[in-house]
Amino acid sequence: MASASLDAAWIALGLSLKVALWATALDLVLGVAAGFALARLRFPGRELVDSILLLPMVLPPTVLGYYLLVVVGRRGWLGGWLEGTLGIRLVFTWQGAVLAAAIVAFPFVCKSARAAFEGVDVQLEQAAHVLGLGKVAVFFRVTLPLAWRGILAGLLLAFARAFGEFGATLMVAGSIPGKTQTLSIAVYEAVQAGQDDLANLLVVLTSATCVAVLLLAGRIAPMRIPGRS
Amino acid sequence: MLRRVVAVSLVIASGVAAAADLTVSAAASLTNAFQQIGTAFEAANPGTKVQFNFAASGPLLQQIARGAPVDVFASADQETMNQADQQKLVKPATRANFVSNSLVVVVPADRPATKSLDDLARPAVRQVAIGVPAIVPAGRYTKAALEKAGLWPRIEAKMIGAQTVRHVLDYVARAEVDAGFVYSTDAALMPDKVKIAFTVPTEQPVLYPIAVVAASSNAAAERFVAYVASPPAQAVLARYGFGKP
Repeated sequence: MASASLDAAWIALGLSLKVALWATALDLVLGVAAGFALARLRFPGRELVDSILLLPMVLPPTVLGYYLLVVVGRRGWLGGWLEGTLGIRLVFTWQGAVLAAAIVAFPFVCKSARAAFEGVDVQLEQAAHVLGLGKVAVFFRVTLPLAWRGILAGLLLAFARAFGEFGATLMVAGSIPGKTQTLSIAVYEAVQAGQDDLANLLVVLTSATCVAVLLLAGRIAPMRIPGRS
Repeated sequence: MLRRVVAVSLVIASGVAAAADLTVSAAASLTNAFQQIGTAFEAANPGTKVQFNFAASGPLLQQIARGAPVDVFASADQETMNQADQQKLVKPATRANFVSNSLVVVVPADRPATKSLDDLARPAVRQVAIGVPAIVPAGRYTKAALEKAGLWPRIEAKMIGAQTVRHVLDYVARAEVDAGFVYSTDAALMPDKVKIAFTVPTEQPVLYPIAVVAASSNAAAERFVAYVASPPAQAVLARYGFGKP
């Protein structure tokens, strides 16, 4: 096997991990906030908002990719503004790949966070409040630790989903080796070009990584991963 | 509404393609012209349904090599067809060149046009869309032309690789890149969004070959290949800007 394709495979793996980690980090903040809001706030249209936030899970990735291209592209209303005022470009950049991956993986965190927060006994929070903790302190010292297991399970699923993201990423970030060509896209391109050696190497690497993630997941949150209870 | 429901139900209920269906794998740049030719061919051959599979020529070859049930293959370059020939995937006697095309540089319609390949190497041009040379014939023609001009390494550094020549066109139309290499027939499809900056002289002429796939037993395959060379089909291809072979 040529060492060039070995190098290409490691670069693609590194990029996939980088994109998936950033996307998961983004979803940790946004998904936990949205999940908490949905679990605790009462407002009209709450279930509608919940459905809309879940959309990325059911919509085909190509549809999401197209939406993103229209919104964050150079000619899109957000993309034009980002580039004009902040000099940020998302299309054909790894940040664009992070955005696409974060959106498709978002529902996993949001949904599990909501369920986890709803499972937290409100009396414990009230007790902490009575004992003198402020609202923010109650959240970080009581609510979040109690909900953490469920959120973590969601985060692991989100990471797995982000790691394997293909359709929306290809549409938004393209396939630039070393920059936006993640493992899943590199596999696609190697097969298209008939480079079976490279494709074989890439799928073995991808499978091994996924097994490692699942083993890790089983160790961190043994009770929450489906099929491992 | 009811008709649509019926149509959708039929699609869901129907199984694999009927035996009489003719499957044509064709280069992405042929999409619009071939769809029209397919309709005309069906009208001229009652009972025959033509289904198209459009992609870059490279992946089409890979599909045929792995046993995809294809009857006719039309690629955008000789090299891909030569590979098909070497792997005995097509019937050599049926191979014929049916159109020619030219490689052009396009830019978004509202941008000043670059004038030469050298201009593309300048820092003002930040990103250039090119079909991935290992997959897309247009990318291969581009790479050869840029290598001859001694510009390939500098332009490769700002290359955005695309999966088909039509992706290149789309990237330029959305102004996501500053320029792109497509065929003149592609550029003609979006006159309001892209404009041709200049024509790129290619090492080899852009000639499209067509051939019957070796594994095909469909009698309509040879008729389709012959039809593509006939005056009505050639008139359609000419209308989309393709040249005589």
